[in-house]
Amino acid sequence: MASRDTGRIVVGLVIFLVLASFPVWFSATQGRSDYRPELEYPAGETKCVESKEYMRTWHMDLLNQWRDSVVRKGVRTYTSDAHHTDYDMSLQNTCMKCHTNKANFCDRCHDYVGVSPKCWECHVEPRGAE
Amino acid sequence: MAEHKPDQMEFYKQEELQQIDLNPPKEGWQDQPADFRPGSWIYPTKPKHLESLGMPNPREWSPADEDWQLPENWQEIIHKKFKELLGKYRSFRIFMDTCVRCGACADKCHFFIGGGDPKNMPVLRAELVRSIYRNDFTTVGKILGRACGGRKLTMDVIKEWFYYFYQCTECRRCSVFCPYGIDTAEITMMAREMLHELGLGVNWIMEPVANCHRTGNHLGIQPHGLKDTLEFFCEDIEDVTGIHIDPPINKKGAEVLFVTPSGDFLADPGTFTCMGYMMLFEEIGLDYTWSTYASEGGNFGLFTSADVMKKLNAKIYAEAKRLGVKYIIGGECGHMWRVLNQYMDTMNGPADFLDVPKSPITGTVFENSRSTKMIHITEFTADLIKHGKLKLDPKMNDHVRVTFHDSCNPARAMGLLEEPRYIINSVCNNFHEMPENTIREQTFCCGGGAGLGTDENMEMRLRGGMPRGTAVRHVQEKYDVNQLACVCAIDRATLVTVCDYWAPGVQVTGVHELVANAMVMKGQKERTMNLRLEPLPGAEEKEANDGES
Amino acid sequence: MTAILALGAILILILLAGFGSQVAGLQVVFGVAVPYAAIALFLGGLVFKVMSWARTPVPFRIPTTCGQQKTLDWIPSARFDNPHTTLGVIGRMALEVLFFRSLFRNTKVDIRPGGRIIHTPAKWLWAAALAFHYSFLVIFIRHLRFFTEPVPGFVKAIQSVDSFFEIGVPSIFLTSFLLLGALGFLLLRRLVSPQLRYISLANDYFPLFLLIAIGTTGVLMRHFQKTDIETIKAVAMGILSFSPVTAGGGALFTIHFFLVCVLFAVFPYSKLMHMAGVFMSPTRNMANTNRAKRHINPWNHPVAFRTYEEYEDDFRDKMKAAGIPVEKE
Repeated sequence: MASRDTGRIVVGLVIFLVLASFPVWFSATQGRSDYRPELEYPAGETKCVESKEYMRTWHMDLLNQWRDSVVRKGVRTYTSDAHHTDYDMSLQNTCMKCHTNKANFCDRCHDYVGVSPKCWECHVEPRGAE
Repeated sequence: MAEHKPDQMEFYKQEELQQIDLNPPKEGWQDQPADFRPGSWIYPTKPKHLESLGMPNPREWSPADEDWQLPENWQEIIHKKFKELLGKYRSFRIFMDTCVRCGACADKCHFFIGGGDPKNMPVLRAELVRSIYRNDFTTVGKILGRACGGRKLTMDVIKEWFYYFYQCTECRRCSVFCPYGIDTAEITMMAREMLHELGLGVNWIMEPVANCHRTGNHLGIQPHGLKDTLEFFCEDIEDVTGIHIDPPINKKGAEVLFVTPSGDFLADPGTFTCMGYMMLFEEIGLDYTWSTYASEGGNFGLFTSADVMKKLNAKIYAEAKRLGVKYIIGGECGHMWRVLNQYMDTMNGPADFLDVPKSPITGTVFENSRSTKMIHITEFTADLIKHGKLKLDPKMNDHVRVTFHDSCNPARAMGLLEEPRYIINSVCNNFHEMPENTIREQTFCCGGGAGLGTDENMEMRLRGGMPRGTAVRHVQEKYDVNQLACVCAIDRATLVTVCDYWAPGVQVTGVHELVANAMVMKGQKERTMNLRLEPLPGAEEKEANDGES
Repeated sequence: MTAILALGAILILILLAGFGSQVAGLQVVFGVAVPYAAIALFLGGLVFKVMSWARTPVPFRIPTTCGQQKTLDWIPSARFDNPHTTLGVIGRMALEVLFFRSLFRNTKVDIRPGGRIIHTPAKWLWAAALAFHYSFLVIFIRHLRFFTEPVPGFVKAIQSVDSFFEIGVPSIFLTSFLLLGALGFLLLRRLVSPQLRYISLANDYFPLFLLIAIGTTGVLMRHFQKTDIETIKAVAMGILSFSPVTAGGGALFTIHFFLVCVLFAVFPYSKLMHMAGVFMSPTRNMANTNRAKRHINPWNHPVAFRTYEEYEDDFRDKMKAAGIPVEKE
């Protein structure tokens, strides 16, 4: 027994399915479903302040600790857990010395996962970005 | 002191009924059998009524018996009917599938508030059926069974259904609060329909149904009896007003067929409301007729099954066609208007042989009844009053301090809220509303709707009537209210008990009784009594003074 | 008891996923088979259920009217609570779906000594339900950043509103905590209120525990046991583009992701279907045009009733004696 509003319900279902499959058709129409960011690593450097895996997951915490350490305690030296080297706690003078190009390094990942850090509201972007 | 029985209200002590513990017991509800104590259930249908209607499994039995004498394959019968209903009603399916047990409905049911029995929480009342649905009709339920709220269909479940689905008055109050609009009335209707497959019903519903089938009304009044009744009312009207009325009966070619619940013919105070209609029609000179064949507006089929409802309702259009009237006016009744508003046209329409109702007095066309061609008497009267077509003297009702009880069905299946209030305010000077959570769409049932208005379940009626009764007592204490007006014949029967018990001193009245008492009729004599033949305050004194001078 | 049953089920699921994340061979199961199965169960089950509702007729027009009907011109009608136009119905449904209109009416009954019955407004359930549902919606939209490339502007906009207070790095989202708070309240009321505990089934606790576990693992991953989200997005995009990668992502992620899959998989077979049911409830989505427009019941079969002729045959003599007109003399 078909009921009289089946049509309207089917339309509702279709709208739901279109909305639910938004990620599929959106990414497909953008042609970037299989895109994965490729980062530009500094030439001639072999290691970061900590291991690559650690940096991928925890760099925001590290930077946050650096900021608090410098601004609140005045302590400026960081000793790497990974290889016991000392570093100056500075985004611009340490990190960006190697990663000179924000657009080709920071932004690629941040854009990919939709993150917009507030670093550059205070810090000056390195010239390499231009 | 006389010994009282469980079917008398005096049997129950107020202080005891008021000891309500809304906290449920420790053990889960799934395995608690229903407690068939006297005063809580209604006598089963006598076999002769089922036979006369051709309904299954007529027999002598009692809910108090251990063995209910069901057919051998009763589980199969229920399963088959369950499946059929799931295929016929989307409401039933959705109400089975979507409940989240948020509990918003729990303390909205008058039976739960007044009794504390957890299975009277609408959510659990529905779970009584839903648990069987899960177990028998859903894949997950078939696999997980009890772990996901399924229950096997046992004899105790059937007994429980009989007990609790005749403790629901289909008032729909829970449905107002449910975020998905789950309507327990709908579930109760389904459960009762399934129970009827096993011959399980109550006599207080099925005897009126059988009567209505044969004689045209629930009370079994035969045509000559109805004529006598109406003429008797006319004698009283003449005593009060000096005006003689000849009630038109089965009159062909009348403009309007008037149909009212037969309760208005039999018992006070409904009879006074009936006199009110007759005086109103006489005063405005309406060309109308009563029908002896369609002499019932109410429809206990609504409390039985869709088919029985349709069977009884069919007479109204058939009679309107035979008599050649233009449209139909319906009297003050609750469940009758559920049927007329939400079922009649679909079941027995189209009424293409009738005209769109148009008041011959004011010329108002009732567009809202364009298809069904049946209007509510308060719609008709409110329009008359608005146009100044009635001469009213509200002072005649000055001894009345009135409140208004919204009947469940006109409120929640129609939205008839302002019409009766407008009329009451036009004919009474002292009108006081009950608290806002107890009126309009949140109104509380009388406790006796949907076929529960008998005496053998007196305990449940008093409990179910408690929320309404205490609201009445509230306005009685606060505003000295002495009359409770309503637009429902079942109310006029059951609220009398509720008021006598919970708010003694408050009388029950129909809206048109108030209208008739305040209406100054052309050529009437000076009124010294109201329709109840009670002397009007001041009238006796005046008579005495007249004698002296 | 039912709560313990549901909690046990969730713990088993968590252990299962935790174990799966540690075994190399099972990554295909948790990273590929489970999500696809969940999507299939979700979409298939949802469409099937809604269509089974759609195929069932609505024989009668049975709106629950919660306000004044449309009658005489001079009586204002309740446009949304008792709608008589399609627009009114849309308004009523919008109020119901977007603002939980009916739940907003909620009252609580107290019975005082002397039998006085007090009805007081009770808005906590409404507030918690609204907080939970909107938080869930925002969180759902926020998660689109893992399922879309490039990330659409509205997703970023919602993120930045949700992290308005900029507390912590990464900044906390208000809705994460609103969601857990609301769920906590909804769980607590079931456990604390005797009536609610009485009516609650394992079916009611299971989604609550599931959602709490999902929310908690999500918060842990963002703020405490951080996870490499670039890899996670690659996993998510792989599933959506039908070229799954089994890169892992740690135990916490596997648990979070698995529980979300369970949520989707059980959705159409549980009470969660109220999401679709709310749109289709006949007491809410029909206009009260009952007497103005005839509603058709597709199974409206003929039912024999006692005709006037039969009636007159039965009572003719009495009718004639009483002077009531008859058809046949």
